[in-house]
Amino acid sequence: MLHGYGSSILDGAWLTINLALSAMALAITLGLIGAACRLSPVKWLATLGEVYTTVVRGIPDLVLILLIFYGGQDLVNRLALALGYEQYIDINPFIAGVCTMGFIFGAYLSETFRGAFLAIPRGQAEAGSAYGMSAAQVFWRISVPQMIRLAIPGFTNNWLVLTKSTALISVIGLQDMMFKAKNAADATHQPFTFFLTVAALYLLLTSLSLLLLRGLEKRYSVGFKAAEL
Amino acid sequence: MNKTGLLGALALCACSALTHADPGSLRIGIEAAYPPFSYRTPQGEIAGFDYDIGNALCAQMQVKCQWVVQEFDGMIPSLKVRKIDAVLSSMSITDDRLKSVDFSDKYYHTPGKFAMKAGSQLQDPFVDLKGRRVGVQRASTYDRFATEQLESKGVEVVRYASQNEAFLDLVSGRLDATLADIVNTEESFIKTPAGQGFALVGPDINDPHYFGRGAGIAVRKGDTANLARLNAAIAAIRANGTYQQVQSKYFPFDIYGQ
Amino acid sequence: MMLDYSLIWQNLPLYLNGIVLTFKLLVISLACGLVLAIPLALMRVSRTCLLRYPAWLYTYIMRGTPMLVQLFLIYYGLAQFEAVRQSVLWPYLSSATFCACLAFALNTGAYSAELLAGSLKSTPRGEIEAARAMGMSRLTLYRRILLPSALRRTLPQYSNEVLMMLQTTSLASIVTLVDITGAARTFSARYYLPFEAFITAGLIYLALTFMLVRLFKLAERRWLAYLAPRAH
Repeated sequence: MLHGYGSSILDGAWLTINLALSAMALAITLGLIGAACRLSPVKWLATLGEVYTTVVRGIPDLVLILLIFYGGQDLVNRLALALGYEQYIDINPFIAGVCTMGFIFGAYLSETFRGAFLAIPRGQAEAGSAYGMSAAQVFWRISVPQMIRLAIPGFTNNWLVLTKSTALISVIGLQDMMFKAKNAADATHQPFTFFLTVAALYLLLTSLSLLLLRGLEKRYSVGFKAAEL
Repeated sequence: MNKTGLLGALALCACSALTHADPGSLRIGIEAAYPPFSYRTPQGEIAGFDYDIGNALCAQMQVKCQWVVQEFDGMIPSLKVRKIDAVLSSMSITDDRLKSVDFSDKYYHTPGKFAMKAGSQLQDPFVDLKGRRVGVQRASTYDRFATEQLESKGVEVVRYASQNEAFLDLVSGRLDATLADIVNTEESFIKTPAGQGFALVGPDINDPHYFGRGAGIAVRKGDTANLARLNAAIAAIRANGTYQQVQSKYFPFDIYGQ
Repeated sequence: MMLDYSLIWQNLPLYLNGIVLTFKLLVISLACGLVLAIPLALMRVSRTCLLRYPAWLYTYIMRGTPMLVQLFLIYYGLAQFEAVRQSVLWPYLSSATFCACLAFALNTGAYSAELLAGSLKSTPRGEIEAARAMGMSRLTLYRRILLPSALRRTLPQYSNEVLMMLQTTSLASIVTLVDITGAARTFSARYYLPFEAFITAGLIYLALTFMLVRLFKLAERRWLAYLAPRAH
C-alpha cells in the first residue's frame, strides 16, 4: 500500500521524535533562563529577555528556520576564523534543527514559565528569604518546583506546537517524516496516500503526548483542589 | 552530582556535535530529487548519474566523498559558507553563476525543453506561451531563463522548490507547461505512468548565455586546488572509459555533447 | 558582516507585492475561519451527542496534525484524484491561493471554535438566568446574550490566534505563492543573498505583528472596557 516506503517513513518518524525531544530539552533550558531574565530586577537583563521573546514570537517559524540555517553556519565560521581557528567547523543538520527549534520554543516557553512564576503566591518566596536562603536557593528550591504544576497546561500546548512545527524542518533537508513523505510522494506521484499516513502518525504522536502530559498534570496537582466552578 | 563534572560532560557532548572537516575528504552537495541524475531509491539511498560520476571522480582523485543532500536553491549559499566544498548536481555553467562560484569543465551537456500536454503546438515559446503558466525549479537556469526572457513577454512563471512538484502541478492542470532539462523530464516524467498524455514539445532551449556550456561541478571562487584536481579527474575518467561505463548505465546515447 | 542592502532596495516591489498577498491571505482566512468557528463552537457546547462528538473530532484532528501536512493534502493530495480534477470545484481547487486560504481557514476555524467554546462555557450564569427570566427564547438568548458576550471575552485569546495566523501564512510560500516569505525565497535564489532576504522578511513580519498588537489593544479598550482595571 505504501509502495515500499513504509519503513523509510517510520525512520523519519523516529528522527522526528528525537528532534522534538532534544529541541524541547534545549527549549526548557532557554525558557528558564529567559523567564529568569524577564523577572530579574536587573534592567538590561529584563530588556534582553523581552527582546528575545518578542522577536522570536513575532517572526514566522519558517523564516527563522531559513535564516538560522543559512546564517548560523556563516556566523560560526566567521567566529572561528576571528578566533584564529582555520579549520572549518561543520554543524550537522540534526544539530542545526535542534538548535533552531530549541531557540524558537525557548522564547515561547519563557513566556509560559514567566506566567507560572508570577502565579506563585508571594508568601512562598518571602518565607524562603525569611529562612535566610539566597536568591538562587529560593529560585531552585522553592519557585521552580511550584512553577512546574502551574506551567504544565502551557507546556503541554507548547509541546504539541513543537511536534507539529518539526514538519517545517524538512525544508532545510533534515530527513524527518515530512521529508521522507515528500520523497515518496514525488517518486510515486501519490501525494495523498503519503501525506495522509504522515498526518495519522502526527495525530498518534500528539494523542500519546496529551495522555502522558495529562497524567503528569494529575500527579503534580496532588493536594491541590481543582479550580472551584 | 558534581556541577563542574556535569558542565564538562555537556561541553564534551557539544563538541562532539561539531566535527572537523576532514582534509582527505570532499563534501559534495547533491539534490537527490532529479532523476535520473540524482534521486533516492525506496530504501532511501542516493543513486543516479551525478552520484556515480561523483564517486568515480573521488576514486580517481583518491579522496573520500561525503555526500550532503539539500535543496537546489540552497546549494550555492551552502558552498559559500563552506558547508560543502563542491556541488555536483546537474548545475549548468552560466555567466551569472560564474560571478559567485568557479566551475570545473563540463561533465555533460543537454538542452532544456518544454513539457506540455501531448499534441500541443509550440512553435515560438516567446509568442505561444503568452498568458500561460510555466513551472520552473527555483534558482535553476530554467528559472533564470524564464524570469529574464519569458516573464517580459507576458508569461506567468511559477517557481517550485523541486522539479517534481512542478510535474505534479502539470499533471493536475495547474500549469500549462514546465521548462526543465530534456533528460530529466523524459526519464522522470514522460516515461512514467503519471506522464502519460504529456510530451516534450517545442524547440530545444539552448541559449548559450543560460545553458550553453553544459553542467559542471561548482566550487568556491578561488578554490584552485579542488578545481585542478576535479578537472584532472574528469579528463582521466573520460580517457580511461569509466565515464562511458557510468553513462551507458543510464543513457543509450552520448550525453557529453560537443 | 557586510549586508548588501542595495539589491533589496531595488527589489522592494517584490516584497511589497508579498505584503499585499500576505494581507489577502490573512484577512480571507480569518474571516472564513470565524464564520466556520461560530457554528462549530455552538456544536461543541451543545447538549446533544450527535452535534458534540463530530465537532470534537474535527477540532481534535485539525489541532493534532501539522498545518503543513494539511496544506499539502489539500494542494497536492486532492489534485491527485481524477474525480476531483473533473469536478465542479476544480476551477477553485486549482488555484494555489484558494487552496491555501481553504487550508488556513479550516485550521483557524478549529482553533477559534475551541476558544469560543471555552468562552461560551464560562459565560457568567447570571447573564443566562436574567435572559431566561425576561422570557427570551433559546434563539434570542444565543443571538443577543451568549454569542456577543462570548465573542467579547474571547478577544484577548483571539488576538493570539490572529498573530499565529500571520505567521502561518508564511507556509503559503511552500505551495508556490509569493507572499513575504515567498518574496524572500525568490530574492535569495536569484541573488544568493539569503541573510539579507530573510532578515528583511523577518523585520516586515515584526512590524506587522506590532501593528496588529496595537490594533487589538485598541479593540480591547473599546469592547472590553467593562473588564478593564479601574482607573482612579
